[in-house]
Amino acid sequence: MEDKQYIDYVHTHAQKSSHITTLIWAFAVGGLICCVGQAFSDIFSAVLPNWEESKIAALVSMTMIFLGSFLTAIGVYDKIGVHAGGGSIVPITGFANSVVSPAMEFNKEGIVLGMMAKMFVVAGPIIVAGTVSSVLTGLIYWIVGLF
Amino acid sequence: MKVGNQTYLLDNNVYIQSAYSLAGPYEAKGNFREYYDAVMEDDEWKCKSHEMAEIQMQRFVIGECLSRVNVNPMDCDALMGGDLINQIVPTSFSARDFRTPFMGLYNACATFGEALAIGSTLVNGDFEKVVCCTSSHYATAERQYRYPLELGTQPTPESQWTVTGSGAVLLSKKPGDYPMVKGYTIGRVIDFGLSDPNNMGGAMAPAASNTIISHFRDTGRSPDYYDMIITGDLGRFGRETLHYLCKKEGYDLDNLNDCGSLVYSDKQKPGQGGSGAGCCSLVFAAYLYKKLLDKSLKKILFVPTGAMLSKDSALQGESIPGIAHAVIIERED
Repeated sequence: MEDKQYIDYVHTHAQKSSHITTLIWAFAVGGLICCVGQAFSDIFSAVLPNWEESKIAALVSMTMIFLGSFLTAIGVYDKIGVHAGGGSIVPITGFANSVVSPAMEFNKEGIVLGMMAKMFVVAGPIIVAGTVSSVLTGLIYWIVGLF
Repeated sequence: MKVGNQTYLLDNNVYIQSAYSLAGPYEAKGNFREYYDAVMEDDEWKCKSHEMAEIQMQRFVIGECLSRVNVNPMDCDALMGGDLINQIVPTSFSARDFRTPFMGLYNACATFGEALAIGSTLVNGDFEKVVCCTSSHYATAERQYRYPLELGTQPTPESQWTVTGSGAVLLSKKPGDYPMVKGYTIGRVIDFGLSDPNNMGGAMAPAASNTIISHFRDTGRSPDYYDMIITGDLGRFGRETLHYLCKKEGYDLDNLNDCGSLVYSDKQKPGQGGSGAGCCSLVFAAYLYKKLLDKSLKKILFVPTGAMLSKDSALQGESIPGIAHAVIIERED
């Protein structure tokens, strides 16, 4: 059997993820996380009527990051992720999970060279991509503004 | 005695005098739950890290395997084995507690097959007693090959679950009513170009089929010579693929089984099944050895399989080479 034939065989016969199930799960869990965020936003706006919208948004993000980190710490977030997939990775709680989980994992190699050094092994690429794309966007805005 | 290209049949009797198995808590709920000699109550097993737990697992399994037949570790001529973790730390560190000459081995998940092949050759020669042990641990393997444990990722349907467990056997010249290692076919490293680290069954199946077909060609035996042909950790998809590959070459393996596919129950559903260097040694020491002892199995071809990848080789886009060693285990009468 040729290598190419074999690779084709494996690709056609290997079990695929069921798109419908994974989509429903991701939609439901991702949507639920967003609803929780919206609920916090509404509660904070009601409790703190004098606060600007941007401050409320920051407060909501902080609350959601705390919840994501807390659920990671008590070993719940990874169990949600098994079913939800992208639904629990994409929201900001997923970002918290991607920072806290390596911090927990590598804590055994020490605070400095373990936890602190390896805290961003998963989230690092997202931070780099976010920073670079924001610089590029700023440049484009600046150039457009010149004319 | 060499037969054919890569098969060796042993001239002297090499008995498997003792075996001992230790299963993790998740494995203890699997299909072989009544067969395990000991079960861990949790993954950390009162150790300060999962790596320490894996060291402790090997130490425990080797100790119990020997004390079961009243053999002092100092009376063994060699201790050999391996695992999946960097520089085979679990095996080497557990060996520091035994005053037994030590040889560390690595063939990924096929290490137990490698250990049985080398160990039986030594006992076929001048060695009296050789202990072979391998282990794997879900948490140490996840950290080594994949992501932090608490990261909320979704496993793909082709992925496998690393078995937390360890199995040890004592190979000995001492005659008795034990199964024997009669020979082996050493596998070649085979790479058909698959590069998805989540589908190791597919990557290892060509190596397993190559070894098994070479074994039949070398020995002139047919698959029905054996009561069971059992591979290490191909998983369900890998096992089906192996069956297909062998059938294409004219060998219909009706008696084919796979430790990885069998180790978990249908209710547990961890992807395609179990994997890891401890998968086949655990199933061998727990289930196959007992079946050989009570004579419900008499001749088996035991084929541990391994995927020789590292996290870096996968990231660098390299394909995954596979290996498999076939060990003939038979009992008299």
